[in-house]
Amino acid sequence: MSSNTTTATTPRQWRKAPFIANPWLRWGLLIGFAIYAAWAITTLPFDWARISEGMERAARIFGGAFPPNFDRGGLLLKGFLESLQIAILSTLLGLALSVPIAFMAARNIAPLPIYLLGRILIIVARSFHPVIVAILFVKAVGFGPVAGILTLTIYSIGFVAKMLAERIEEIDWGQVEALRSTGTGTFTVLQFGVLPQIMPRQIGLSIYQLDSNLRASAVVGIVGAGGIGSTLMNAFGRYDYDFALAITLVIIAVILVSEAISGRIRKNIW
Amino acid sequence: MLRISRLVKRYGNGEPVLKDLDLEVPGESVVSIIGASGAGKSTLLRCINRLVEPTSGSILLNDLELTTLKRENLRKARRRIGMIFQGFNLVDRLTVMENVQCGRLGYIPYWRAALRRYPAEDIERAFQLMERVGIAHYANKRADELSGGERQRVGVVRALMQDPDILLADEPTASLDPVTSRQIMELLQRLANELHLPVLINIHNVSEAKEFTQRIVGMRFGRIIFDGKPDDLDQDAMDSVYSGTSEDKKASAPDTDKVAT
Amino acid sequence: MKQSVADRAWSRHTGRQRWVRFASLLAVAAAAGWSLTSIDIIWPWVWDAPAQIGDLFKRMVPPDVSAIRAITWALIETLNIATIATFFAVFLSLPVAYISAQNTTPNRATLWLGRFILVSSRSVNTLIWALLFVAIFGPGVLAGIVAIMFRSLGFLGKLMGEAIEEIDRRPVEALEATGASRAKVILYAIVPQVVPTFFAVSILRWDINLRESTVLGLVGAGGIGVILQGAIDMLDWRTVATILLAIIVLVIAGEALAAWLRKKVI
Repeated sequence: MSSNTTTATTPRQWRKAPFIANPWLRWGLLIGFAIYAAWAITTLPFDWARISEGMERAARIFGGAFPPNFDRGGLLLKGFLESLQIAILSTLLGLALSVPIAFMAARNIAPLPIYLLGRILIIVARSFHPVIVAILFVKAVGFGPVAGILTLTIYSIGFVAKMLAERIEEIDWGQVEALRSTGTGTFTVLQFGVLPQIMPRQIGLSIYQLDSNLRASAVVGIVGAGGIGSTLMNAFGRYDYDFALAITLVIIAVILVSEAISGRIRKNIW
Repeated sequence: MLRISRLVKRYGNGEPVLKDLDLEVPGESVVSIIGASGAGKSTLLRCINRLVEPTSGSILLNDLELTTLKRENLRKARRRIGMIFQGFNLVDRLTVMENVQCGRLGYIPYWRAALRRYPAEDIERAFQLMERVGIAHYANKRADELSGGERQRVGVVRALMQDPDILLADEPTASLDPVTSRQIMELLQRLANELHLPVLINIHNVSEAKEFTQRIVGMRFGRIIFDGKPDDLDQDAMDSVYSGTSEDKKASAPDTDKVAT
Repeated sequence: MKQSVADRAWSRHTGRQRWVRFASLLAVAAAAGWSLTSIDIIWPWVWDAPAQIGDLFKRMVPPDVSAIRAITWALIETLNIATIATFFAVFLSLPVAYISAQNTTPNRATLWLGRFILVSSRSVNTLIWALLFVAIFGPGVLAGIVAIMFRSLGFLGKLMGEAIEEIDRRPVEALEATGASRAKVILYAIVPQVVPTFFAVSILRWDINLRESTVLGLVGAGGIGVILQGAIDMLDWRTVATILLAIIVLVIAGEALAAWLRKKVI
């Protein structure tokens, strides 16, 4: 292609520099991942007979599910209202508990032992999937919405307290010091120096959390914690696939609507 | 040899952006196209490689009709038309070498492109061109680590890698500082002579156009209203191209030309 | 609003603001009141709840570690479910992201198909997907993996699609101008631009999937949830405590690994 013979006689080489420069590390990671993947897949107990049988079952489920059956609209509505009630109460309860826990878990406000306690509470609340919490509460307080409310309260604390604590750690200390210098008491400082700064975030978080709790309440019901999830589980257990599909469709619709509303409100406030 | 005749481009049902435009560019000449923002310069260039679809008219490049080409044939034709952009249009997260090799994408098989196993002669040619414009030592740098002038050199090399029959440059210097901008113009002028290429340059800066090109085409409202040597572009001609606004004002005006980005 | 000089009564909020605040408060109070009065709750149970919960906790200490081998194995299985499912979901999500991004989708029909896949995948919770796949494939890891894949697909596809919609159009134009085919333009102009998002959302989703995998077992879809459910059914609360601790360790370790990977890769 080139007529210029005075430069290099042999064509120069170029290779893209590898993503990880160290070849040992590169190949080690690659081989390690390949071995893991191969091993992980072999541990899967594939039962092909069961799977092929499952295809027929799938056909039967879907056949039974169409068309969705909205005949028991009353039951559906009742389940939904219960989910909504669970979501509202657990959001309020969760928010109320989140505020003190967030102050406990803010390094710039709380002394070290209290800070650690606050952090541990948040970590524990965040680590457990709400369904696990729900199953424990169902065992402790019985089937029904109480277990759902308690579960989602903990779920709310895990998220809201964490975000709020982070916000408190970022507040502008100038305002707090200005108040302190006028000789104000601690709680008044919190009320006028800290709360106004975290309030917008708090409202946004609350709406977001209400939306999440509504979604989650559909799930924790599956293990017996009340709401639409329990209705769905019952329908599934009784092989009422057409009613189960109807419930699922309504859940999807409600989630989409609630997501749109919460997004709208948060855009206006945040 | 590029021959454009009766070219019309109309977006939607509005006023045409290009109105029955005729232009002939013989081989090995550097032509600059001047005109106010919205005169249709960018659209004209983009019609030639069909980034913008012409409404009607004919564009002949070395006796090949470009306006009617479809898919595979259009791609084949585009391989021979190099383009240089105002915003450089490099892929920021790729290395300079990969960006340069983008110019060969139309020629090499998919697996070579995917694995970055470029043919040896392409690599050799890339190094020669990069040395020619002074960026060879950056081959393994990421494109976004380079300065504006260096990035535009990568853009020039990418276009030259295509082994083009013609170079289109859309405001190649508008994003650069004055010194770098002159360097790029000089580079384009010399490359055109060395590689015997016709070069079409859209440009805002009229003094650069006069200094670095042998022929100036002035556009206004989708028509060519001036076509001649730089010396012929007197104040009257300037006024008719820019309709009263002075040259200095135009040259330094912030670029508001709406390119099809 | 015109303010006269004499009008010096200060109020923190304007009339409209005050009205909005009042109305919001009222709405919240009404919602709370409605929920409290109409919810189907047996109140004596509520008053009894703290005692019951305390009792449950008492029965959990000290944790019984005798089943630690089975628990460790279940943890590994949980990790495998999350990893395998994320891995496949990531690759399945790419074409979906491609057709549901406005600027790359071939036509309107594919755009709507893509959006339909995203919405249906995202709106159905993992556990509901798991119920369905347990019914189809029978109880076990496979149902769990497929359930997590189905849920992740929408999440990954949506975020990747948004990343594709936000790319810089200019390199795409430049590469089209060189005569590169569509496939090569995707490879060189689109892929490099979405790679950071690709890694970020994959790692994020893996972290989420690890949490979700811990509960799949409660509906029979494998992982540590299976033995958790077993221990709960046996009322073996001290083993339950061990399992819960193991889950915390797994989730925190996963979060740490995800944070480390994110720093390394991006």
